[in-house]
Amino acid sequence: MSRNQKLLRTRITGAVSAVAALGLIVGCSGGGGDSGTGGGVKDGKVTITMGLFGVMGYKETGLLDRYMKENPNVTIKAEVAGDEQTYYTALQTHLAAGSGLKDIQGIEIGRAKELVDTQADKFVDLAGVPGIDHYLPWKLSQVTTPDKKLIGLGTDIGPMAVCYRKDLFEQAGLPTDRNEVAKLWAGDWSKYVQAGKDFKAGFKGDGVAFMDSASGLFNAMIYGNSEQFYDKDGKLIYRDSPTVTGAWDLASQAATSGLTAKLRQFQPGWDPGLANSTFATTVCPAWMLGHITEKAGPKNKGKWDVAKAPKGANWGGSFLGVMEQSPVKEEAKKLVAWLTAPEQQEFVFQKLGNFPSSQKALTSPAVTGAKQEYFGNAPIGEIFGAAAQEIPDEQVLGRKDGTIKDIFSQGLTLIESQNKSPEEAWKTTDERIEKATG
Amino acid sequence: MAASTPVAPAGGPAGKHPAPGAPEDSAPPRRRALLHRLDVRGAPYAFVAPFFIVFAAFSFYPLVYTSWISLHRVELATMNVMEWVAFDNYVALWEDERFWNAVGNTITLGVISTVPQLLMALGLAHLLNYRMRGSTFFRVAALTPYATSVGAAALVFTMLFERDFGMINWMLGLFGFDNVDFENNKWAAQIAISTIVIWRWTGYNALLYLAAMQAVPRERYEAAAIDGASRWQQFLTVTVPGIRSTIVFTIVLSTIGATQLFGEPLIFGQGPNGITGGADNQYQTLGLLLYEEGWKNYQMGRAATVAWVMFLLLVLVFVIQRVVRRAASRRSAPTRSTAS
Repeated sequence: MSRNQKLLRTRITGAVSAVAALGLIVGCSGGGGDSGTGGGVKDGKVTITMGLFGVMGYKETGLLDRYMKENPNVTIKAEVAGDEQTYYTALQTHLAAGSGLKDIQGIEIGRAKELVDTQADKFVDLAGVPGIDHYLPWKLSQVTTPDKKLIGLGTDIGPMAVCYRKDLFEQAGLPTDRNEVAKLWAGDWSKYVQAGKDFKAGFKGDGVAFMDSASGLFNAMIYGNSEQFYDKDGKLIYRDSPTVTGAWDLASQAATSGLTAKLRQFQPGWDPGLANSTFATTVCPAWMLGHITEKAGPKNKGKWDVAKAPKGANWGGSFLGVMEQSPVKEEAKKLVAWLTAPEQQEFVFQKLGNFPSSQKALTSPAVTGAKQEYFGNAPIGEIFGAAAQEIPDEQVLGRKDGTIKDIFSQGLTLIESQNKSPEEAWKTTDERIEKATG
Repeated sequence: MAASTPVAPAGGPAGKHPAPGAPEDSAPPRRRALLHRLDVRGAPYAFVAPFFIVFAAFSFYPLVYTSWISLHRVELATMNVMEWVAFDNYVALWEDERFWNAVGNTITLGVISTVPQLLMALGLAHLLNYRMRGSTFFRVAALTPYATSVGAAALVFTMLFERDFGMINWMLGLFGFDNVDFENNKWAAQIAISTIVIWRWTGYNALLYLAAMQAVPRERYEAAAIDGASRWQQFLTVTVPGIRSTIVFTIVLSTIGATQLFGEPLIFGQGPNGITGGADNQYQTLGLLLYEEGWKNYQMGRAATVAWVMFLLLVLVFVIQRVVRRAASRRSAPTRSTAS
């Protein structure tokens, strides 16, 4: 009897362990049963998940809360990554694995072309969504596939200006009025570098550089051209493009003349630099105003101002796309259309300065007459509006734009902080781009 | 196989000679015997199965699949499009100066983080081994850094080592030194990163040493003390030889850890610079090179190649270590026999 019992026990344990082993395998390969995006409908309640980056403004200004209040059956869960590179890496991995995606994903302009070319089938076609005929003509074309599939709706664009410190300009004997300041460098970025040399010569004391980083200047210059790193056929042209080489030369000249604070934008040291005034100017696309306001803090209020940039350019701007995998596609589409509608774009602009990509919003008095209190009541609607007019109507995007932009910034860091000669740094940059795109 | 032997004598004979109570059982004896044999022979396999199934799924299969990918040109976004390139990726890696740079950095970072770390751990363990008040507190405290996440630790250290407003530069400033650009200076960056590693792992290794030290018989210390050995001499002649196998164990563990160094430098640089190990790749390790190829350039074939080469390097290190140890023990064997 007792032996039989013992046998039985062994048999049961054996069976249990086998089942447990099986369960482990199944458990690990699982997750395929549910939607995988985190959203869904439960008891008539809709949950929509969002993956965002930087300061897109929806969470920060309370727009999502407002939508939830107006639509009591909707819950929105938004996850915001601080760094776009980190965000995009995760998005790529999730796209490749087919899991971990949110219902709505933000798309940065530098990644738009790559997603359009390789991942369009994973995004919902937004072309038929009602009431989306209000964008700038070039905005939606950047996320439209050759067969007219629209994978995202536009959030903001990035017309540029120069943000500068009035108090530091005064100490250096430069004009402080925003119109006078704009005249210093009107029409030509090399005059901006010249103003930097004057600043350096006139400024008493040390620890303050004219600009934050050489890469900011580089970006501002190349984004003023309709073709940047690639041409229309998708061929890499940065090597021979006068725009890119010209921008490189001027930026490296600024770097070698000691005009920069040798910082990297949005990296450690830059934020404390804003707070502790280690540089007097930074080239600022409209969306950067919110960041400066937050990081420079109340003690620097009124010291910052905005002046027109030498030439108009578009740096950045994003989109919101809906994933094909999402179980709540219709609700997500509605949310995306609402968030990017003219009224909401106006609202985010007034709150944070993210410049509307909606033509309708651009012409509204709320935008054209907008002033930013933190920046000494600068008429930002007027300044950025004028800059937006100068943005080329056609902007050629390339597959690896985001990566190439990073490599160029690093190339300029080689000159600024590693004492490499511009020629040497260019050679390294060129090799790296070849590696990254080949 | 060996696991089934102890069970066999107990269950084996029972199968051959049915027990007296057998007829009461409804199952026919022959089927029961078969089930029984299956049980005795099979059960051990069922017990060890979970590990090996998990190993096959999460270690062996990825290893094989990685080697398959490394023979292709394939991008992350389009994993279904694979182009056969044979060993091109390996040849390209061999000729890539970034690879040799990463190998060099991995070695230097490994040395400057492992050597001081283990020496400090040994000293710390020796001190903790003394009879003193609150020893539990100190032992727990030694383990605290190990319990912190890499991310949190690296972030805090990155702020400490920041160029303009970091605390370390502030302290150096008190002594009249200029600000050090920790990130952009090769050796400063590597030292900063190794500081994070040392901070996290010293206490952990110290506790391993401490455990081993407590197993060293007291009599040896007493004998040494009677012979007039000082504390330091006792440490060198009694403690260190007594915990030799533990030291070897921690060296192997730390070597593997150093080869895979990844999180600390990635977070130390932050953003694009973290991935490339600095603007000039001044602290790019093999792990970061793998990450750059896979998750910045999205070239999975090349990333898989780096992964395989890392694996082969580890195997190589292991083999060399074995050969050296065998040679060393052969040389020391005769002397030891004459001594005893």
